[in-house]
Amino acid sequence: MSYARPDSLVTTAWVEEHVDDPKVLVVEVDVDTNAYDEGHVPGALAWNWTTQLCDRHLRDILPRAALEELLRASGATPDTTIVLYGDNNNWFAAWAFWQLEMYGHRNVRLMNGGRTKWLAEGRPLSLDAATPTRSAYVVPEVDESQRIFLDQLRPLVEKRAVYLVDVRSPGEFSGEILSPPGLPETCQRGGHIPGAASVPWATACNADGTFKSRDELEALYGGKGIADDKPIVAYCRIGERSSHTWFVLRHLLGRREVTNYDGSWTEWGNLVRAPIETGPQK
Amino acid sequence: MSDLKAEEHQREERVLGGWPAGVTTYRIGETWICKVDNVSPGATVARGRGKTRQEALEIATTAAARRLAATRVHR
Repeated sequence: MSYARPDSLVTTAWVEEHVDDPKVLVVEVDVDTNAYDEGHVPGALAWNWTTQLCDRHLRDILPRAALEELLRASGATPDTTIVLYGDNNNWFAAWAFWQLEMYGHRNVRLMNGGRTKWLAEGRPLSLDAATPTRSAYVVPEVDESQRIFLDQLRPLVEKRAVYLVDVRSPGEFSGEILSPPGLPETCQRGGHIPGAASVPWATACNADGTFKSRDELEALYGGKGIADDKPIVAYCRIGERSSHTWFVLRHLLGRREVTNYDGSWTEWGNLVRAPIETGPQK
Repeated sequence: MSDLKAEEHQREERVLGGWPAGVTTYRIGETWICKVDNVSPGATVARGRGKTRQEALEIATTAAARRLAATRVHR
């Protein structure tokens, strides 16, 4: 069975064929641009998640004006096909995809396998930073139907009227660790939101970084009881890993109502009197 | 099209700072690159560059071991 929205993905071969296509903008997205600086897809731009894709003051997605400026500086127009890729199975590229979709950019794709696959296949790399021609992109108002906030989520959790997908590592889910090993802790206590199923985000990918087949993904999420008869909410620690799972559930599996809770465990885990559960997946 | 590409790409798993770590090395042109991730969930913990594989490896694994060892376990 093919993916629900197969056009949301392009292959590494397709990208290599289109690196000189003026209608295609390739962007490497990562937590910073260190990997990009070591060598990137020829013609690709770099978007820095930490400094260019978040409003760090409000702890929010980019405001409309900031995204508009980023897209203008990147030379994009509403008709541009934006291909996103990054390290770590497209972890941060998926965040950019989620945000572009909320701001109405329709022609956006992930490069299946991301940077890992491109490098492993020995495809060409460039050290030159791209120099796009500035555009006049006008970004529409945000549509936040792909996002859920705490005040919307809490009653759903209390009524068990939602499938919660905790995409963090098993150690974070159980409460044994408060952050991924080697990264800063951002909450006061460990555990997970009551009723959540543990489906670590990267289990949706093969060893080469590509997404598993639709049948395999159906078995993965279906095996954890994630059906399509209630809204599905993905969450992690700060909302970027869960944007990857949001992509899988919405674009590859075609689930009807999927949102990313980007407040995630950093918000819920720090709330006074918010119920939590600890321990491994039962 | 550029002649540069990643060559001599290798990945292995080690234990660094008490935690499983994925260590990836490759060469782009004259520069060796090493990236260390934390396997689960797969976040990059440290990177290193050098004129040799060993130099890049040393830089990245030393930094990664220090960061991973700082992870607190709550039991």
